[in-house]
Amino acid sequence: MPDLMAEQNALLSLNVQRRTGDFAIDVKIEAGPGITALFGKSGAGKSTVVAMLAGLIKPDSGHIRVDGHTLFDSAQGIDIAPEHRHVGYVFQDARLFPHMSVAKNLRYGLNRLEPAKRTETFERVISLLGLESLLQRRPANLSGGEKQRVAIGRALLSNPRILLMDEPLASLDAARKSEILPYIERLATDFELPVVYVSHAVEEVVRLSDTLVLISNGHVAAQGDVEEIMGRIDLGPLTGRYEAGAVLTPSVEAQVSEHHLTKLSLLGHDMFVPAVDLALGQRVRLRVRARDVSLALTRPEGTSILNILPCTVREIQSGPGSHVEVALSVTPRGADTPTSNPQTVLARITQKSLTDMKLKTGKPVHALIKAVAIDRHSLGGYGAGTNRL
Amino acid sequence: MSWALTPLEWEALSLSLKVAAWATVASLPLGLFIAWILARHRFPGHAILNGVVHLPLVLPPVVVGYVLLIVLGRGGALGGWLYDTFGLSFAFTWKGAAVAAAVMAFPLMVRAMRLSLEAVDPSLEHAARTLGAAPYRVFFTVTLPLMLPGVVTGSVLAFARALGEFGATITFVSNIPGETQTLPLALYSFTQVPGGENSALRLAVLAVIVALIALIASEALARRVQRMTRGEERA
Repeated sequence: MPDLMAEQNALLSLNVQRRTGDFAIDVKIEAGPGITALFGKSGAGKSTVVAMLAGLIKPDSGHIRVDGHTLFDSAQGIDIAPEHRHVGYVFQDARLFPHMSVAKNLRYGLNRLEPAKRTETFERVISLLGLESLLQRRPANLSGGEKQRVAIGRALLSNPRILLMDEPLASLDAARKSEILPYIERLATDFELPVVYVSHAVEEVVRLSDTLVLISNGHVAAQGDVEEIMGRIDLGPLTGRYEAGAVLTPSVEAQVSEHHLTKLSLLGHDMFVPAVDLALGQRVRLRVRARDVSLALTRPEGTSILNILPCTVREIQSGPGSHVEVALSVTPRGADTPTSNPQTVLARITQKSLTDMKLKTGKPVHALIKAVAIDRHSLGGYGAGTNRL
Repeated sequence: MSWALTPLEWEALSLSLKVAAWATVASLPLGLFIAWILARHRFPGHAILNGVVHLPLVLPPVVVGYVLLIVLGRGGALGGWLYDTFGLSFAFTWKGAAVAAAVMAFPLMVRAMRLSLEAVDPSLEHAARTLGAAPYRVFFTVTLPLMLPGVVTGSVLAFARALGEFGATITFVSNIPGETQTLPLALYSFTQVPGGENSALRLAVLAVIVALIALIASEALARRVQRMTRGEERA
């Protein structure tokens, strides 16, 4: 279905330029359905791009098209007012109206919806976000997580063609974050709504995004699949050196309840991670930080390490310091295993180990990953939008 | 001595209330508009507009009254035109007294409203726009409710200032019993005639009582409005 794909890919087409003082933004994004994550450090220009999409900041030049509607086009002199863009916007700080009840906040944008659909959509959003008990409350009496859920509901009820989420979890603690993440995962699926999700937190991006757009210093450094971008060593400085780590996509094989572990299968190899509540056979995303990976030339015996993956060295990048980054391709088990699904592991080792082990491109090694080092926060279903297909 | 008000005292009191109420209500929309311009816009004449609005606060009231007489008097440019076109005359009428009171109270009203408007977070207005509200709807559903405490405070301050207006009033519309003789003017008249001390004292006490009632009422109102806009649940 090449035509359908092309149409879907054109859901969001954005090409904007803007200069403020010394800082120049020049961003081109083409995104399909599902969640598109704009990822990058604070001050990289992510929020500005989203504000341009909503019409709150005007680009110097370029165009913005959502689902076939042109929202901005400098060449044609089009600049639709924010209230006519049909863009749902969830801000980091919720921005609920303090003088209105939760119910009134939720209904504020409801008049953009056809009257016949209002009641049903309202009920649906309320139950999806679990807002039933909050309706009569005032924003001042809500917790941070509750406020953010109301803000998401309010944006959904304004009949948007696209939902923008600007660091919606940044001001919440870890417990509140994990309270909201499942709701966000379901948004793109349940409402068939493209979502642009801004974040500088790698675990949110790995868990949520279908398309990852890496933004650095006002420019798109890379865009594509999460696995592909997180596995690129050259992007390490942009994704954050300390946090660098590749994303694997194994599938759930079994629950090992007596040890509170989940057994996964990656290209025929067994992997064990702390128990996650996911269906058997489901593909998951697993982020493995480069600093949590050790390398061995032979398969070690009698070790506490549960995950040992045979790999070949693909790329070595030396930095100025004591350590180097090594990108490894996981070797599939057995010759009949298809390799259309390449898996990359990043490892951070010392210069000394590199020299002692005589590592070079193409050399076979074993990557050792402690099960307890695996970042549980990034463990989730394989992209919200992908589940839908 | 009787507690009941004499007809003359009633006249002065009711005239004062009428003048102050009209001065406040009539200048409210303009006050809001000027406050909005000063708070939300930067333009070349910003400082000048701000200065002009605040001028009555620092000028001798007599100067304001004299300027009004020149501009709005029947012989004045604007006053003549208003009389010829609408048959509207401000000179030596209670309407003129209301204009004088409004002009003198205007800086206080604008100041309170501007401060409260500057305290309204523009990001809430942006959020309202993205939810489909046109700018006028944003103003009436978000901005105005949130700045309501300032509107109340500004109006009460203006009303109180208008009640006490003396210099500009007596200069612009003179001191005509039943037409322009408000409470302060009546009090002044009593102090100018022999044996008027007692009547002057009664009016002074009356002025204190009216002012106190206005202040207490405004305090209660402001607190209620504040509670409403801050969104705290009723205790």
